Amino acid sequence: MTRNPAEAVLDGPACRQEPASLLRRVLLQGKYESLAMLRNGEQLILAVVLPLLALVGLTVTPFLDGMGDSRINVAVPGILALCAMSTAFTGQGIATGFDRRYGVLRFLSTTPLGRGGLIAGKALSVLAVLCLQVAVVSAVALALGWQPPAAGWLPGLALLALGAAAFTALGLLVAGTVRPEATLAITNLLWILLGALGGIVLPAEKLPAGGQSLVGFLPSGALGESLRQAFLGGGLNAGAALILLLWTLVAGAAAIRWFKWN
Amino acid sequence: MLRVVSGVSLLAERGQVTALLGANGAGKTTTLECAQGLQKRSGGSISLLGHDPAAAGAALRSRVGVMLQDGGLPPSARPIPLLRHIAGLYARPWPVDELVQRLGIDTFSRTTVRRLSGGQKQRLALAAALIGRPEVLFLDEPSAGLDPQSRQLVFDLISELRDAGMGIILTTHLMDDAQRLADYVYIIDGGRNVAEGTVQELLQRAPGVEAGTEHIRTLVFEAPPGLDLSAVLPAGIDVTEARAGSYCVTGALAPQHLAALAAWWEAHDIMPGSMSLQARSLEDVFLDISGKDIR
Repeated sequence: MTRNPAEAVLDGPACRQEPASLLRRVLLQGKYESLAMLRNGEQLILAVVLPLLALVGLTVTPFLDGMGDSRINVAVPGILALCAMSTAFTGQGIATGFDRRYGVLRFLSTTPLGRGGLIAGKALSVLAVLCLQVAVVSAVALALGWQPPAAGWLPGLALLALGAAAFTALGLLVAGTVRPEATLAITNLLWILLGALGGIVLPAEKLPAGGQSLVGFLPSGALGESLRQAFLGGGLNAGAALILLLWTLVAGAAAIRWFKWN
Repeated sequence: MLRVVSGVSLLAERGQVTALLGANGAGKTTTLECAQGLQKRSGGSISLLGHDPAAAGAALRSRVGVMLQDGGLPPSARPIPLLRHIAGLYARPWPVDELVQRLGIDTFSRTTVRRLSGGQKQRLALAAALIGRPEVLFLDEPSAGLDPQSRQLVFDLISELRDAGMGIILTTHLMDDAQRLADYVYIIDGGRNVAEGTVQELLQRAPGVEAGTEHIRTLVFEAPPGLDLSAVLPAGIDVTEARAGSYCVTGALAPQHLAALAAWWEAHDIMPGSMSLQARSLEDVFLDISGKDIR
């Protein structure tokens, strides 16, 4: 039954429209973006399938031999770091780039959600998907014999969240400044390069000598190295955490400065 | 600094459809986006429901609905979940089912946005702009891509919302839209507003005629090329030969002018062909004001 629009639309000044609460808006947007990410087949491959393949690959090959008590104990922290890069940088960057192309960012910024709520919702969806990835990867890894020390979880999860923040800021910076096709190319290429050579899954000492010192300053290297340290019982690497924080702040400031909404 | 829009001044009121009419690139969308707070303006002032849109918070945005020219809907979304999501951003949204039914969205509710036709996309974008029951509605080219049935549906709804007290601001380059919908029209050209008025007022505007005094009509007829009719008609009545042999007489035409023309034809033994007398359209006004150059 359709009501008269006069009745439906304008209930008079006593009933002026108001936004839903900020928390509700951000949660809704986070949920919407998470579901969109999880429904996207390519994103799922990037977020879950490729990291699991890499995990299996590292446990059946001798690349990590001699670095810890078992291959899988050395491999899993790097795979978790790779998950953070997949979702926060590549997945989120590509989605944001195309949202920008199709005017979705502009439209949503005219709703009560606004630009701030939109960014908060995106960050929330990155965290939600990352939680799922950590659950899946950890479950598979535990089944394969992973033995993380209990004391590794707190610094490990904190570093993962910080890494996700740094990669989200970097993803937004790329998505907001170049065409979506270029975002697609850049974030995928960097995912492969940083994944293979950026100190994420392969520790710096396994890389060619020239790049070893540099890798620790990359967000990928800082996250990979510090997660390995945390989950191999070495506690929190404050230097790496500081590097991740710096990347977050610098990329975040650059994104705020140069992000183009249309 | 690039000045796309400089010298636009306009007022849109509740319960009215205000149209910004102009050619492509005239500055309509820029004007609208400044009013929506989407673009930073380098000067001037804008008041939207008493607030500056450049500093709009969620409270102000909840009272304003926006339909962008490119839709702004995510291509992979399905219409109803998308509308439910947007509805959730408001405290008291328009019930989704009602709006869906009203705009005929139920007929394509299973299709993703990327597979919708132009008209379906426009209807969904309109629903997304209306879901928050706004007091002010901005529509950028609302009839683009609409088939005649959708157009009727959308125009009827816009008229009803206007009658219910909503303030509606739309841009269009289609004269017909403005003529059918608008209570007040601003003609924008080169980033300035060059004319304004109700549709009736604009129709009565012509070179040499005081606004609001007489009805402007156009007489079109075919006759041998190269005739000099300027002596036959008084000043204020314009004669042009649009192409060889096709004449266009424009002004506040009265019976005596027709009689004078007929007498002249009789004296020169000319029988005009395909003659028609037309009321002036908004398109004529627009072309008079903003020139006939393609830009």
